[in-house]
Amino acid sequence: MGASQSGPVHMFQDLAYKTGFSIEQIKNLHNRFIYLTQAEDTLRREHLENVSDLALNPIRRQIIEAFFDKRNMGEKEKGCLQEIGFEEFVTVLSFFRPPKPHTADEEMKNIKKEKLRFLFNMHDTDNDGIITLDEYRRVVEELLSSYEIMGAETAKAITDAAMLEVASVTVGQMGPDEFYEGITFEQFMQILKDVEIETKMNIHFWNLDTRTVQCGK
Amino acid sequence: MASSVYLCLLRAVFLVCFVNPLIQGLSEDESVFQNPHHQQEENLTGLPIVTFKWHHVETPYLVIIWVFVAGLAKLSVVELNHHVISVVPESGLLIILGFILGGIVWGADRAQTFKLLPPTFFYYLLPQIILDASYFMPNKLFFSNLGAILIYAIFGTCWNAATVGLSLWGCYEAGVMGNLDIGLLQFLLFGSLIAAVDPVAVIAVFEEVHVNEVLFILVFGESLLNDGVTVVLYNVFDAFVALGGPRIDAAEIFKGIFSFVVVAFGGSFLGIGFAILLSLLTRCTKHIQIIEAGFVFVVGYLAYLTAEMLSLSAILSITFCGICCQKYVNANMDEKSVTTVRHAMKLLANGSETMIFLFLGVTAIDTEIWVWNTGFILLTLLFVFIYRIIGTFLFTWMLNKFRLVPIEVIDQVVMSYGGLRGAVAYGLAALLDEDKIPEKNLMISTTLIVVYFTVILQGITMKPLVQWLKVKRAAHSDLKLIEKLNNRAFDHILAAVEDICGRIGDNWWTRGWNRFEENYISWLLMKPKARKNRDYLFSIFHKLNLEDAINYVSEGERQGSLAFSRSDEAANVDFKKQFGSEFADVMPNIMVDMSNYELGIEHFSVTSIVKDTIPSVSLDIHGQDRKNAMDDINAHHLLQQHLYRSRKHHRHKYSRSHFSINQNEDEVQEIFQRTMRSRLESFKSTKMGVNPAKKITKHHKKELTHKMPNGHPDGTGHLYGDEVDIAVGSETGAINSTFMRDTYTVGAGIENPVFLPDMDSPTHSPPWLMETEAVAPSQRAQRRLPWTPNRLRRLAPMRISTCSTDSFLMADVSLTLEEHEEHSQTDHVEMRPVFD
Repeated sequence: MGASQSGPVHMFQDLAYKTGFSIEQIKNLHNRFIYLTQAEDTLRREHLENVSDLALNPIRRQIIEAFFDKRNMGEKEKGCLQEIGFEEFVTVLSFFRPPKPHTADEEMKNIKKEKLRFLFNMHDTDNDGIITLDEYRRVVEELLSSYEIMGAETAKAITDAAMLEVASVTVGQMGPDEFYEGITFEQFMQILKDVEIETKMNIHFWNLDTRTVQCGK
Repeated sequence: MASSVYLCLLRAVFLVCFVNPLIQGLSEDESVFQNPHHQQEENLTGLPIVTFKWHHVETPYLVIIWVFVAGLAKLSVVELNHHVISVVPESGLLIILGFILGGIVWGADRAQTFKLLPPTFFYYLLPQIILDASYFMPNKLFFSNLGAILIYAIFGTCWNAATVGLSLWGCYEAGVMGNLDIGLLQFLLFGSLIAAVDPVAVIAVFEEVHVNEVLFILVFGESLLNDGVTVVLYNVFDAFVALGGPRIDAAEIFKGIFSFVVVAFGGSFLGIGFAILLSLLTRCTKHIQIIEAGFVFVVGYLAYLTAEMLSLSAILSITFCGICCQKYVNANMDEKSVTTVRHAMKLLANGSETMIFLFLGVTAIDTEIWVWNTGFILLTLLFVFIYRIIGTFLFTWMLNKFRLVPIEVIDQVVMSYGGLRGAVAYGLAALLDEDKIPEKNLMISTTLIVVYFTVILQGITMKPLVQWLKVKRAAHSDLKLIEKLNNRAFDHILAAVEDICGRIGDNWWTRGWNRFEENYISWLLMKPKARKNRDYLFSIFHKLNLEDAINYVSEGERQGSLAFSRSDEAANVDFKKQFGSEFADVMPNIMVDMSNYELGIEHFSVTSIVKDTIPSVSLDIHGQDRKNAMDDINAHHLLQQHLYRSRKHHRHKYSRSHFSINQNEDEVQEIFQRTMRSRLESFKSTKMGVNPAKKITKHHKKELTHKMPNGHPDGTGHLYGDEVDIAVGSETGAINSTFMRDTYTVGAGIENPVFLPDMDSPTHSPPWLMETEAVAPSQRAQRRLPWTPNRLRRLAPMRISTCSTDSFLMADVSLTLEEHEEHSQTDHVEMRPVFD
């Protein structure tokens, strides 16, 4: 480790430049990465599945999947990775980085779009650019699965109602021959345009060492 | 429009003019009042037929007259020219109207007989406003911004009080105000009473402006909590003033600070205690449904008074009582009671708000209280304004260091500008003790001027300011469900990412709390049944469903009857002739009865969403209607067979504790049995295996579920109906599909009476019945996208007919035979409960 000290530092700077995190944040994330992977070089699904707090999260599958989704790595190709390195890990997390203050409007729009794209990819499991009813149903089912009483049927009913809402808003009145395939990314942006996602889809990345920070406001 | 306003005004004027001399004239004659019997003996020689007993009713009469006048005032203000109302906020108009009324009273009496007295205000007018505000508080938003709100409410208020008091004192020492009998402590006392932003005024103005939710909750939450803080501060300084300057030492100051903390937090905890009590109470009010709504008000008021008695902060107490109880109370109480509470709460709060603003105006027309001191008044206005701005920016600057999403400068401007002072300040000023504070009247008049200035002037300019600054407005979206779903997903995603980063942050705390709340608090405070379906998403869904059902029914009624017009001309005519009037009466009753019955049994469990909001009775009728028509049985017969004639005599029964609807179990039972019998008959006779699948409730004792048997032999039948129903019997989503049919030929195929086509065909040939008969369940029922994506051919016509509120979404589904077979495995008809 000691000999390669300059290696990580250089890598950190690179990453910091690429992802917008500060060096300290990257260092913290690196510590966490090492902790998660148990000092291995790459992160695999089971590493994340072992995170104890995650166990109760109803949509953990999708979230974990998002970490291995090539679309989130800024690559054009589709598909899933089996394991990711630190760089990919940070790249995915950078979707949750709060925008810097005084960001220009134009850039803010891009940030918003990127964040939405991330969410969209999370729902669009088969990578075809459309969230079909089936895909969305699965999301909602998982989302509601923590309420054991809300059966799958209810989840479905809710999904369908939601989907219909989307359809009625985005497409409007459909002709008799039209066919609603699902939510495209444009429609996805449209339905979430009022949600200020750029201010919501953020978490605090502390500059301090995360292991010592126990609480935050 | 305008004429009605004048009429109202005239009436109000008349009332006041008429009533006041009356009071005056009568009350001057004190002796008469003292000895009414004596007078009677003197004046009357025989048995009086009628006597004029004004004094017996004077106080309640006056109160009610003023309430009435306030109501008229509100009416006239609201009905006023919309141009005026869009410029001047309602609160400001009410104050101005109060000036006029006050002028009339003063003109009649040469003195102000009616004033807003502090006890009236604090005990009878304020509590319900605070309760209302807290009961309807968007909790999630409130608690996620609690840190900021507390900073503004506590430190902001202290800052305002201290700086205004000290600055005024400084100016006084400098000689700006001339000779006044005020010391430093009195200035601080005055500062503390003028410091608080008033929730009544803030809500009144901000409600009309529609700023974004974070800004709103910051201003609103602050105004709500800082009232409590001001009152505490006021009491501390009041005690200091009573002690007198020289006797205050470090220990006393420390005691003051300590008492501040105790009073504020004590009050809050007391309120939480009462909220727990209230929640527990509503757990067991099942049998006294008619009065359970009252508990909310009684316990809320009790929280207020108890805190007052213990000299804790009453406002904070009732605030936290309302905030904490809302969730459990709403879940525990019957839906009707919840509605009652909501409406009653709004009624009370709106009423007292109107009264308060009106009386703020009336009070001003009084020569007694007006003491003018240009320096004092103008400087107060200036300082109040300036220090509010400085304070807001200062604390926001500190907060922004910690906030994930900084509060923007524009929002800060609006926040500072929204520092409206209101009746609380006036109430506190009027409470001042004249012995201790010689310049009480100056303080009152200054307070009033500050109130008028902020409420009227700032109120008027608020809207243009918000527009001019392009403050982010509240997003209005009609995507209710998907929005909630997305929010829910967000919460989980954020929590998960925090977990992955190993950071213990907001989301971690929120989730931890939610889990704790779910496992323990809900267990304690909620009925088990309520716990089941309290999920927020579900309740939204449920609400939307209900909305649609109501729309559907009212639409049906508007068009004469609920879709009894059929394509069959003869039957239709027949029906219209013979049952036209009768039916209109009977039908709604049945619907109410049935739905009540179902809801009653299920206790609003999850099923009610799935439950088609159209009652089965009516639907079944149509189903029957339809089929039988094919067999040339006329509607007359049909109705006799299937319609239950509501026993009307029950409806006229008076009962104090129940609404008479649906109280007769036999009646309900009979309706139900008839329905079921006819269903069975139709099932047998047509051999089509049609059954109304109403519910998916696996969890019910009374399972009303009827599987959708689907044994259409030739496989050409188009199954359509409620997908959820089918889901009962099936495992995977793929099978659970459903389908509204489209190439539906009358009499063929399988029908789910729930979705009978003619349900929604109020006219003989409505547009959507042209080529095929359309299915028109309620909007929301349709919104369960009734198809399986795999087999989705098209999402057919999103038809929005002109004569129905229902928008159509129908999928064209041709089910394959395999599916039918799959379904037919569940082909038995479950009607167990029916014939029990």
